[in-house]
Amino acid sequence: MSKYILKRILLLIPVIIGVSFIVFALLELSPGDPVRNILGTNADPKEVEALREEMGLNDPFLVRYGRFLKNMIINRDLGDSYLTRTPVVDEIFMRAKPTVILAALSISVAIILGIPIGIISAVKQYSIFDNVTMVIALLGICMPVFWLGLLLILLFSVKLGLLPSSGFNSFSQMILPSLALGAQSVSVITRMTRSSMLEVIRSDHIRTARAKGQKENVVILSHALGNALIPILTTIGTQFGQLLGGAVMTEVIFSIPGVGRLMVDSIKMRDVPMVLGCILFVAVSFAIVNLVVDILYSFVDPRIKSKFS
Amino acid sequence: MEKQKAIKTSSSSVERKRLGFRKLKEIFHRLKKSTLAMIGLAIIVLLVLTAIFADYIAPYDYSTNDLKNQYAMPSKEHILGTDEFGRDIFSRIVYGSRISLQVGFISVGIALTLGVIIGASSGFYGGKVDMILMRFIDILQSLPDILMAIAIMAALGPGLSNLMIAVGLASIPGYAKIIRSSVLSIKDNEFVEAARANGSSDFRIIVKHIIPNCLAPIIVQATLGVAYAIINAAGLSFIGLGLEPPTPEWGAMLSSGRGYIRDYPHMTMFPGLAIVIVIFALNVLGDGLRDALDPKLKQ
Amino acid sequence: MNDNLLEIKNLSIEYVTEDGRFKAVNDLNLKIRVGETLGFVGETGAGKTTTALGIMRLVPNPPGRIVQGEIIFEGENLLEKNIKEMTSTRGNKISMIFQDPMTSLNPIMTVGKQIEEVIKLHQDIPKNEITIRAEKMLETVGIRKERFNDFPHQFSGGMKQRVVIAMALACNPKLIIADEPTTALDVTIQAQVLELMKELKEKFNTSILLITHDLGVVAEICDYVAIMYAGSAIEYANIERLFNNPLHPYTVGLFNSIPSLDEDVDKLTVISGTPPDPSHLPMGCRFHPRCPHVMEKCKENFPQAIEVEEGHFVSCFLYNKETVKEE
Repeated sequence: MSKYILKRILLLIPVIIGVSFIVFALLELSPGDPVRNILGTNADPKEVEALREEMGLNDPFLVRYGRFLKNMIINRDLGDSYLTRTPVVDEIFMRAKPTVILAALSISVAIILGIPIGIISAVKQYSIFDNVTMVIALLGICMPVFWLGLLLILLFSVKLGLLPSSGFNSFSQMILPSLALGAQSVSVITRMTRSSMLEVIRSDHIRTARAKGQKENVVILSHALGNALIPILTTIGTQFGQLLGGAVMTEVIFSIPGVGRLMVDSIKMRDVPMVLGCILFVAVSFAIVNLVVDILYSFVDPRIKSKFS
Repeated sequence: MEKQKAIKTSSSSVERKRLGFRKLKEIFHRLKKSTLAMIGLAIIVLLVLTAIFADYIAPYDYSTNDLKNQYAMPSKEHILGTDEFGRDIFSRIVYGSRISLQVGFISVGIALTLGVIIGASSGFYGGKVDMILMRFIDILQSLPDILMAIAIMAALGPGLSNLMIAVGLASIPGYAKIIRSSVLSIKDNEFVEAARANGSSDFRIIVKHIIPNCLAPIIVQATLGVAYAIINAAGLSFIGLGLEPPTPEWGAMLSSGRGYIRDYPHMTMFPGLAIVIVIFALNVLGDGLRDALDPKLKQ
Repeated sequence: MNDNLLEIKNLSIEYVTEDGRFKAVNDLNLKIRVGETLGFVGETGAGKTTTALGIMRLVPNPPGRIVQGEIIFEGENLLEKNIKEMTSTRGNKISMIFQDPMTSLNPIMTVGKQIEEVIKLHQDIPKNEITIRAEKMLETVGIRKERFNDFPHQFSGGMKQRVVIAMALACNPKLIIADEPTTALDVTIQAQVLELMKELKEKFNTSILLITHDLGVVAEICDYVAIMYAGSAIEYANIERLFNNPLHPYTVGLFNSIPSLDEDVDKLTVISGTPPDPSHLPMGCRFHPRCPHVMEKCKENFPQAIEVEEGHFVSCFLYNKETVKEE
């Protein structure tokens, strides 16, 4: 098992390098001259040239990428921000906390609500509860996070004055963003739980469990849920990716000083090293979550485990 | 008796084609049974008509400022009110449908074309081709699609065609993977072997035999894909990386209305509603298509 | 004289779906005595499995529904029991072996745990004894107890069916319902499983309701046979009588369609026509459209079961003349 995990971690490295290369190359294409951005459009050409040389911008593309890669792997350094001239890594670590909390809260909300509601819906298929849930879940899927966020602000901050609409320091400030970001995932996980439970409930081994005289709630919660968990886990993994993307918008709407907003601001300021750092941060977080999901698979399903041990 | 024999000996491809046509009719017949899917289809048709006849439907120009009429609440003159420059929101939403539809369909077109090429060659040739293409897909997938689109927009800068390219490229992996697995499950079938024995080229086999047989999952994915593309494009514009202000893009309208949400919520309410309705329509249509294409999946 | 362990009276079960009302079991009457093995024979779709699920009260609802009848087990009507009483009966007094061993075990639970589960549910014994007992059951069906902690996917089909049998026997049930236990298995493994069931039946004096469409299997281990057609039992007798003197035209047809080793026949006779559509059962005797001896009254009246010789019942007007001419 540990061998499998190690192998998976090693497999992450080429992917991270690949992403960094693609994004590095993409940002190379981005319009505007960083030096002119820093010094202003009317700067002395000599000064500009000196700074270009100092920042290593005159080297060929591959040399610069090689240097970036070397620094990233050996020194865990992603360069300095063009804007603040401080290390990108420091800035990202400072901004990571709200983003991580936001994503963790949202996925927790999604799991805690989605799985139980999905189970009840499946067990009581076609009941009023099921129908109402499915309608709400359908609406939840159609609701883009940026609009839901605005609606929540309008209702809870503007009209009712119950919750703050910006910042991310107190728990009350975290409620609206987590709800806005988690809503779509609640819907997706509910629907997935329901459909995979429905499929499992009809399978032969559930009939066997009932024929043994097992109580219905044990049949559902142990036998059926255990088997339905694999597709649910996959969904949770992909939803986490969606959450990381949605976090960018959520942070913009609720003025949360996280990595997502840093990324958007840096793109507008053409702060290339910072953008690159933010994107790598998301890629690494996403990769770690996928790794965790893959490891969880093997705990849930012995067939997967035996394939790798 | 003679007649029956004649039908049976007619070429197998003709049979398959005729079956295909009958199947299409059958699929539409099943789709018609789902009220929700038909509502979705109706909304999409309406949206397409709105986009085509925007010039006749919109009572005002989408970019003409009317500074005497800023922030007007919905009224007879402006049924959805006006924005911070006094522009008619209804007209802007009507013209915005053009942008959303363009972004939705063209970016899915880009993703579909590249996804089919990558997925089909990967599944069909296997081996090294498969390995290299799949590593490329892995890298694309190592970022959530909206973030990949953000990265591409960061490189390309704002603009409609850039937006379509960014959203399209970012959603390649989904299509490529579906097509690859369909190709893998189909390519060893007898009819493919038969085509090969008849001397068909690889390209011909892929286009004539394999792709038509994995059309069902592609259609479903593409329908839902249009919805994702519209949401992603609106999201990019919302954070200021997609289309810039004068353009009547729904996400950009939300973004500019956001600053006035306390006093003039109608500025964010209506563009958002437009997005939700379109996404809803595409989702229920996609679900309906999935059930109609594979009746076994439906309980 | 004989104690009936299970007696089914006038049982009807139907499935209601969008496409119509399917009458799977119609006015079925059946009995099984203690220690007896009853073969329950019929074509696919004759309602055998539905009957079995009906006894277990596991007919999926919706779409299935028990319309009428009684299922008397040890003197009590199972259809009147509440859910709690029913769960303590299932797996304990009545257990079931399902048709497809490949899918009837929980793929994410060790086989040991799955056997333990049924013991834990019905026996009030300490945990270590449960394990010992489960291991013993595994060995009884011929699987080494070292494999206790293996998962179903590590077993072959025949082995899985042994595990299912071990589970079914773990609480010494009074009645085992075996739903085509050998259909999904290879011929050699079929023989082993049948041999195993025969042994166990003698050892524990269990009654077995063996559902099958294979008269060969019936000949091997059954004491009595009931022939099922379109949801009701049309002939019932002990094995010698039924095999030596099949009465109902359908039963006769079944025997004629088996290739025989002793006789030299050029062509196998088949029963003409197809089994009736359970959503549109024919009027009168349900077999009449396929029956070679069809009479006018068969088309309108349903023949009641009559005892032609001792313990040999048949539902057919052909045998009606001398016994009950006029009620």
